[in-house]
Amino acid sequence: MNSAEGVSRRGMLVKIGLLFNGAVGALLAIPVVRYLLSPVIRERRPGAESWLSLGTLGQFPEGETRLATFRHPAVNPSDGETGNIPCWVRRVGAEKFQVFAINCAHLGCPVRWFPQSGLFMCPCHGGVYYSDGSRASGPPERGLFEYSYKVEQGNLLIQAGEMPTTGSPNARLINITTGRPPCG
Amino acid sequence: MRLIKELGAWFEARVQLATPIRETLEHQVPRQSASWAYVFGSAALIVFLLQIVTGILLALLYVPSAGEAWNSLQILNHQVTLGWFIRALHGWGSNFMIAIVLIHMVQVFLLGAYKFPRELTWVVGILLLLLTLGMAFTGQVLRFDQDAYWGLGIGASISSRIPVLGPWIVNLLLGGPIIAGATLSRFFALHVFVIPGSLLAFVGLHLLLVLKLGINEWPMPGRIVRRATYVKEYHELIHKDGIPFVPGAIAKDMFFSGFILLAIAVCAVYFGPFGPSGQPDPTIIQTVPRPDYFFLWLYAVLSLLPPSMETPALLIGPVIALGALLALPFISGEGEKSWKRRPIAVLTILLVAVSLGTFTHLAGYAPWSPVMDAGSGEPIPERYLKGRTALERQGALVFQAKQCHNCHALGGAGGERGPALDRVAVQLTEDQLIRQVIQGGGNMPAYGKNLSPAETTAVVAFLETLHPSGLRPARDASRSGEAGTHP
Repeated sequence: MNSAEGVSRRGMLVKIGLLFNGAVGALLAIPVVRYLLSPVIRERRPGAESWLSLGTLGQFPEGETRLATFRHPAVNPSDGETGNIPCWVRRVGAEKFQVFAINCAHLGCPVRWFPQSGLFMCPCHGGVYYSDGSRASGPPERGLFEYSYKVEQGNLLIQAGEMPTTGSPNARLINITTGRPPCG
Repeated sequence: MRLIKELGAWFEARVQLATPIRETLEHQVPRQSASWAYVFGSAALIVFLLQIVTGILLALLYVPSAGEAWNSLQILNHQVTLGWFIRALHGWGSNFMIAIVLIHMVQVFLLGAYKFPRELTWVVGILLLLLTLGMAFTGQVLRFDQDAYWGLGIGASISSRIPVLGPWIVNLLLGGPIIAGATLSRFFALHVFVIPGSLLAFVGLHLLLVLKLGINEWPMPGRIVRRATYVKEYHELIHKDGIPFVPGAIAKDMFFSGFILLAIAVCAVYFGPFGPSGQPDPTIIQTVPRPDYFFLWLYAVLSLLPPSMETPALLIGPVIALGALLALPFISGEGEKSWKRRPIAVLTILLVAVSLGTFTHLAGYAPWSPVMDAGSGEPIPERYLKGRTALERQGALVFQAKQCHNCHALGGAGGERGPALDRVAVQLTEDQLIRQVIQGGGNMPAYGKNLSPAETTAVVAFLETLHPSGLRPARDASRSGEAGTHP
């Protein structure tokens, strides 16, 4: 503190020290941030976009809506039962289907199918949908989410994507059908 | 005894903490602030310590894996000696902690303790409230059951509505494309490391500020806070009428904290641990997910908001609420402290309390949710068959079988999503009933596609019989000729 020269030299060294640590910190932050963002920028796991079988066509009688489940391709063994995802399969014609996500288009609760009245009802906030997945009443602003499907060698195949949410209409594998007016 | 004294002196010569500790314990507080109104902050601290201890005890056995978490809770509940009690203490401790933190906040607000120079103490307190709520939500997730699973889905659906970033935030929240092991692991890290660490740091800062700035004096109507003179006035007050915190003021804190700990223990013994409810297996869809007690009001708000207002309210509401809370000490940092001279403050507290209470009460029986298993499997009550024609009985059958009961109550049983139908014949004419059943509307699905004309005729004939005896069913006045044909 005695000489002005000493102060500036020490001050300089402190500044360089700070800068050095800052630079190393920033360098280390890059892999850390990449690691944290891995769920967003993850590389596609092999098989993540493969077609999954929901079962043979015989399991889905024409004109009826049945619950089907599949094992999500992105899960690990330690994920246990959370990797088993249900969905509603409605067989409209011989090879014409609608495969609805279980998640209500309002806030994601599991909708239940009532064959007697031909309605899907949600136990959480009271969303109701018609048999074709279009919105009937309640808080949802749209119809149920649908998976894209295909029929191959007598099997019904779908592409499992992300858990569908209202805010991600471009969630890659979810085919979006907008709600139709109830009298359509 | 001498040995202990010598050991104490040996440590003191090195750590030199005796003086600061004594000064902290004996810091002067206004005599009138040694009041029962000022015991909630210390109680929150004690419950926080209880949560740390019980949390560590649970972590000894809990398995944060999607496949195993639920089983490890079952083992804690049923196989480990007193595992159920530690779980119950932690669960009830969390409920008490939120309640005490909220009461503490109300007390600080009503007694004007947030005003100059204690603005930062209030702001840190708001952060502590958010962190406490964060602990409550992440804790609910760690009880990895059906409610936790679908609660995560609701959290993800809400986050997904954030403009532009929504889908990415969902992925970050869930740690992958779906709710699975990675989701539980990251909520475990939040609940056990990130949030408690922040809580410890901010609790430390909060306490430091309380010590440095002194405990708020008891507000007197007419004693005005002014930035220029307050600090001097406060020092004069504690000089003239102050007592040391220990032993002058701490007794009430200790009695209250002890009482709260005892109450938590009694609740834990009497009511037992919370859940877990069903296994977190998404293929079990026969579930009615409900949030934990302190988020019930939010559940009600989400059900009652009109669809078009929901996303704006969800995204802007919290920002406004938080902004108002953070801005409060800077907007009204001076002036009256006493609640007796602050009617708007009192009304605000009453309004918020009544709103939250009403929403929580409503969420307790959720009139907006269809009752998923109402009626369909049960026998039709006799009184709806007696004295009815064949067609009307046929209609009663349709009513019972087609989930009408899920939303409509009859004789006090059934859902409350739609109106009760005990006197519907008086309210709607036959034509209006037919129209309502076929076309729906006013939040009712249209049944036109799912009822045959015969079924519609039958169910309307049945509905026509639902009127109090002595009141005639509503008739279309333009069809005067018909009116006479019905008795």
